[in-house]
Amino acid sequence: MKSISVIAILFGTLGSGASFAADTIVIGGKIFTESYVLGEMAAQTIESSSPVPVTRKLGMGSTGILFEALKSGAIDVYPDYTGTLAEAILKRPDLKSLDEIRQALSGLGLTMSGSLGFNDTYALAVKEEFAEKHDLHSIGDLIPIESGIRAAFSYEFMDRKDGYPGLVDSYHLNFGPQKISRMEHSLSYQAIDQNAVDLIDVYSTDAKIKKLHLRLLHDDHNYFPVYQAVWVARQSFVDKHPREWQALLGLEGKISEEAMLDMNAQADIQKIGFDKIAARFLGSEIPASQGWLHEVARRTKEHLWLVGVSLLFSVLVGIPLGVAAVRFQATGQAILLSSAVIQTVPSLALLCFLIPVFGVGTKPALAALCLYSLLPVVLNTFTGIRAVNPIHLENARAFGLNRRQVLFRVVLPLASPTLLAGIKTATIVSIGTATLAALVGAGGYGAPIVSGLALNDVPTILTGAIPAALMALVAHGVFELLGFVLIPAGLRRRV
Amino acid sequence: MLELQNVSKTFEDRTVLCDVNLVVPKGATHALIGSSGSGKTTLLRITLGLIPFDKGYVKIDGQTLLSFTQIEWADRIGYVPQDGGLFPHITGKNNVALIAKLRGWRKSRIDARVEELRKVVDLDPEILTHFPREMSGGQKQRVSIMRAAMMDPAVMLLDEPMAALDPLIRRSLQQELKSIFQRLNKTVLLVTHDLGEAVFLAEQMTMLHEGRVVQTGAYRDLLQQPANPFVTQFINAQRTLPDANELQ
Repeated sequence: MKSISVIAILFGTLGSGASFAADTIVIGGKIFTESYVLGEMAAQTIESSSPVPVTRKLGMGSTGILFEALKSGAIDVYPDYTGTLAEAILKRPDLKSLDEIRQALSGLGLTMSGSLGFNDTYALAVKEEFAEKHDLHSIGDLIPIESGIRAAFSYEFMDRKDGYPGLVDSYHLNFGPQKISRMEHSLSYQAIDQNAVDLIDVYSTDAKIKKLHLRLLHDDHNYFPVYQAVWVARQSFVDKHPREWQALLGLEGKISEEAMLDMNAQADIQKIGFDKIAARFLGSEIPASQGWLHEVARRTKEHLWLVGVSLLFSVLVGIPLGVAAVRFQATGQAILLSSAVIQTVPSLALLCFLIPVFGVGTKPALAALCLYSLLPVVLNTFTGIRAVNPIHLENARAFGLNRRQVLFRVVLPLASPTLLAGIKTATIVSIGTATLAALVGAGGYGAPIVSGLALNDVPTILTGAIPAALMALVAHGVFELLGFVLIPAGLRRRV
Repeated sequence: MLELQNVSKTFEDRTVLCDVNLVVPKGATHALIGSSGSGKTTLLRITLGLIPFDKGYVKIDGQTLLSFTQIEWADRIGYVPQDGGLFPHITGKNNVALIAKLRGWRKSRIDARVEELRKVVDLDPEILTHFPREMSGGQKQRVSIMRAAMMDPAVMLLDEPMAALDPLIRRSLQQELKSIFQRLNKTVLLVTHDLGEAVFLAEQMTMLHEGRVVQTGAYRDLLQQPANPFVTQFINAQRTLPDANELQ
């Protein structure tokens, strides 16, 4: 009972600590280049037209996470695509027009803008030379060479109803099944560049189309669904900040496919910062960079908060649970088993499970970290106590120590080296796992890692990865020192 | 005075102790001897109040164990476990003082009592600052005796006090123990399988076999008027080394 109320109090305080100040506008964004650029554009647009401060939560995990964040109010606006909204969010692929989709969203307390001007949909691409050689302009032109063509399609494209299966139906294409490979999307660009394949699926505004000189084949049958880029927002945000929403609507129809492809290329290929790209397009001032040191300091603070709170939790809850596991056999096995099961849940999946309960941001990240750091502490408490020679326990009772005194004067001190090792493991695991917190918008060292991964930009990744590794080293040192304070001298290794 | 009257204990359907009677007069040293499996460890745990028993009485100075809590009883009986049983994580001094601290004794009172007992067991003050792993077997025994005597119990209970010591140290510590017991002037019950130790330290002994008392008396009685053949067998079994005549 005690530990349950501790959990409740802990999350209660987290809830109030992590909620966002009422008078900021929070912009979300997904974890790929275009979404970063559009998110940055939205942020700058509002900043240049309004005194309300803007918080950027760019590079959050998947569509599901973003949408959950929007519904729960963790973010106010983010860029998405009409096709995604209809298919993945509303589960209504029949909705085609902007009005229909907007109508469906309003039922959820959400709204959206008109098209920003470009359609980022699936397309089929071939190399320019290949296109010249076979005189390819549209998808239908593939039919004469269909049996000999080598294709690489992404897993998602192969499985989506509006992907490969419908495509071959619509165009009566008959590719040789042996010649189609399923491939991770980013690798298929490499494959076509090295002439390992002839045909790949792409998103029509991918920067690499330009870089690798690919030709998009025209979709004569209008088979591919329309993926118009739009702003999706909470209705309450629109009502509260009409001026800011109007500023965002000002971008409707302003971004052409060509312009978007070019901006993506600036980010992916020329490695120009998202803020500069957005500023250049908007003709606004380039926001002053606060310098990497400031950035690292901010991320360190966020990361320390994540690790510190989860650690506190694992100590306050894990040690009592470990003690209980020793005292009550059946309950003990249940406790150990369930904390082990939690450990086997992949971290991204665990984050997804926690979003409906905790929303988005720091809370689900903390909940996941708390759960992950539980096992090493519970297990080591259990093992440490079980390893205490039972003779000491019987002697302690014979000397007249009560249960409490036996626990605190004999059992825990004797188990302390194992116990401390468990807490240390939990800390170091937390430091690593906390990098995933960025996927739900909790910041930390994961933020540069995630955006670096999206950009395939190693230096950006390193500004997150190196401090995380350093933090783990420091934690190791701190625990060595703690050993001198917390482990009774009689149990320490002689130096 | 320590009295055990008709103490019986059954584990499931196995009788471990059956009507055990044992009396140690005030200030006397008594040995409970028996081989392993004789029930002497069970009797020791019952006497310490660690496990319940089915029948009979355990009394100290006429007061029965059952009228006390485990903690109250613990202050009446000082326990010296096998090999000292010191807690490894604290120093000798803290082992000795632990219970007094938990009972809220003032530091000056604790220090005075520790010093008093240190003199009784004749221990180098330096040793009390050591951790158990840094002590010899004899030093651990002395510190453990100090701990047992700390709360000034009416009875001291020692479990195989010499078992873990090598023979030479054993000989000299036996001598020491005898005079420590005299100086402490306590009622002492010694639990051992070692007849030599029992004979040397105790005036009277009680031999336990298969959960029953087979004989109580001085060594001379056991030797000259054995109650049954087992007593003789037990005595002879412990005279392991042949003497010069037997070697001829």
